[in-house]
Amino acid sequence: MAKPTGNPINDELLKIAAQNNISTIWDRFMEQEPHCGFGTLGVCCKICNLGPCRIDPFGEGAQKGACGADSDTISSRNLARNAAAGAACHSDHGRTMAKTLLDVGKGIIKDYSIKDPAKLKRLASEFCIKIEDKSDLKIAEELGEAILKEYGQQEGELTLTKRAPKKQQENWKKTNVNPRGIDIEVVQAFSRTHIGCDNEYKHVLEAAIRASLVDGWGGSMIATELSDILFGSPEPIRAEVNLGVLKEDEVNILLHGHEPLLSDIIVTASQDKELVELAKKYGAKGINLSGICCTAAEVLMRHGVPMAGNFLQQELAIITGAVEAMIVDIQCIMPSLSEVAKSFHTKLISTSPKAKFVGMEHIEFHEKDALAIAKKILRIAIENYKNRDRSKVNIPKEKMTLVAGFTMENVFYNLGGSFRPSYRPLNDAIISGRIRGVAGVVGCDNPKNESGLCHADMVKELIKNDVLVVQTGCSGSACAKAGLLTPEAAFRFAGDGLKEICETVGIPPVLHTGSCVDNTRILTACCEMVKEGGIGNSIDELPVAGAAPEWMSEKAIAIGWYFVASGIFVVLGTPLRVLGSKNVTNYICNEIEQLYGGKWAFESDPIKAAHLMIGHIDKKREALKLKPLIYAKV
Amino acid sequence: MHLKKIYCDIKKCLGCGSCEIACAVEHSKVKELNNAISESPLPIKRRKAEFIEEGVSISTGCHHCENAACVTACMSGAMYKDKKTDLTQCDKDKCVGCWMCIMTCPFGALTRLREEKIVLKCDLCPDRDKPACVEACPTRALSLGTFKEFKKLCNM
Repeated sequence: MAKPTGNPINDELLKIAAQNNISTIWDRFMEQEPHCGFGTLGVCCKICNLGPCRIDPFGEGAQKGACGADSDTISSRNLARNAAAGAACHSDHGRTMAKTLLDVGKGIIKDYSIKDPAKLKRLASEFCIKIEDKSDLKIAEELGEAILKEYGQQEGELTLTKRAPKKQQENWKKTNVNPRGIDIEVVQAFSRTHIGCDNEYKHVLEAAIRASLVDGWGGSMIATELSDILFGSPEPIRAEVNLGVLKEDEVNILLHGHEPLLSDIIVTASQDKELVELAKKYGAKGINLSGICCTAAEVLMRHGVPMAGNFLQQELAIITGAVEAMIVDIQCIMPSLSEVAKSFHTKLISTSPKAKFVGMEHIEFHEKDALAIAKKILRIAIENYKNRDRSKVNIPKEKMTLVAGFTMENVFYNLGGSFRPSYRPLNDAIISGRIRGVAGVVGCDNPKNESGLCHADMVKELIKNDVLVVQTGCSGSACAKAGLLTPEAAFRFAGDGLKEICETVGIPPVLHTGSCVDNTRILTACCEMVKEGGIGNSIDELPVAGAAPEWMSEKAIAIGWYFVASGIFVVLGTPLRVLGSKNVTNYICNEIEQLYGGKWAFESDPIKAAHLMIGHIDKKREALKLKPLIYAKV
Repeated sequence: MHLKKIYCDIKKCLGCGSCEIACAVEHSKVKELNNAISESPLPIKRRKAEFIEEGVSISTGCHHCENAACVTACMSGAMYKDKKTDLTQCDKDKCVGCWMCIMTCPFGALTRLREEKIVLKCDLCPDRDKPACVEACPTRALSLGTFKEFKKLCNM
């Protein structure tokens, strides 16, 4: 079964790949089909060496592993470990940011500074740090210390969970999932799921929820807040997206991965006169930076650096033959890149102490020498321009404009008027029935999805039904490519009520709020909507819903869980790997709603999934006794 | 000798059971894993991945034998050799559930459907180009072909 990629320029580049015998994710994906049934259903247990054990989903064979674990225990343990790994990634990301903030404050790191002192002070106050007449650096030092302390904290609670409405906090305490510290919950998810340990599935899933809450209200939220403090809070900014942003006559450098520490300083270094001159010396007109994955979102949001593509396009970017260097750090970087790059002149440079890649040159990045290392890497890229083989260059023409850079602070500031900056205009638009509700459509892209257009199809259906959409990560770039992140999209795709709001304010109907750690901006926005009042006293009462139509990473599992446990209905395009256990499936898709107000649903058809979300939003509107939609179709 | 059937190269078989799952899914109503597992009655596989000894496993099913013992033993005439294809087939309407075929099959390749008192066996997936188990085999231990082709495939 050949799967169209849903993007003609991808298909174009895949033809070149096929002609040159270069294998891509779509080829390798097909070779893996059909996927292992035991793994898909979550009933393969590899935790101990009595196994691996599998449960026969058709009931004839073994129904228990050697130790006696059944499908409930096995699938819940697997899910908890996935969630913990996802939370670990985001929390480590946050840790790096906190350590950097601390060292900037101490004066050890000089290449970064405090770009948003107001936010620094706001966050410091949340952490009960006395501001008095302390310098920004002193506050940064104390805040860095306070945050890092929460990583090793053994009891008590996380400061940022207090941002959540009272009901959410109560729910967590009542169900015994309120996180005590950041690292402890990730460690404990692993210790609890060891052979012969926690095996009551609901109890095992508590570990998954704790670890995920640590992600959403801990590591990720810290990462977002500190990125804003160190690199500046984003402002709405116009930029371009898709592989057409690569340039024929410039040194093309791709930034790929997740942490903004390196990418942000590379943006600064790329403006260095000496380096620009060097590029010209080699016959290039300049240095053209663009991003892949969440790194793209980070530098897009703050600097308007174009997004070359999302996760699935990383190999294709190299196949254009026009990329001098791809600089990577951590997460979602395919090991296949070095194989693809063998056919081209592209230099691959890995930088993180946390990740080395076979076949890549490793130039380790240390925050203390940030600028010098960034310049060294750029120099390698520029010097590689002379090796570009013009006969192999195939830069697609397609690109699209978008407006990104929305944050929970600025997004409704843009609504303007006498209320600003407040969430009043948004809440009023929901109460008056112009906007039906808000949906977060986020997550990865995945060749499992036949059209590859799930994100755009779902989002179009949502905005057509007056649902304002907020996005992050690869989902954001998928919709950006489809032209949904422009103010003009409101006229083409949005329902009349949403169109009115977008027109008045001048915002797109779909708001890009950043990378995958920036999903926490959506959590904070929900808290603000509750605080503003009129549409529910807790997150689970808000007319909102979430979706990850093409999820694939463990981080997506952690993100989904923290939204569910924070009271939000989350729809996934492909099921979590738990269907082999009826009890676990029923628990997370139904029963859990009574505990947290949120629950999971699985629906592969993006339009049907959109209507599950719309149905949920309508249910919430009804419970709040809100007026019917002004422009509802009769 | 010229009949195309499913062979298993035991040097490659890991006994993972992917063939069993693919078989059950193919013989379900929906033909899709996530929903097949909640069908009632549950779909039944016609293939077995079996452990022989440490490091040796095999995936077995009907061998569509030339002189099929099951056909000879069948008292109702349900089990027959298809004249066109040479495959061993079972006519469900004629099967009375006496299980004589199960008694005589040297490969244990037949499965009882107790409720309906009929026997189930490999039909080489008539709706597909390649049987589902062959396509699902992650190590390519399973192949569809003649004995000659199989011998060539595993350098026998």
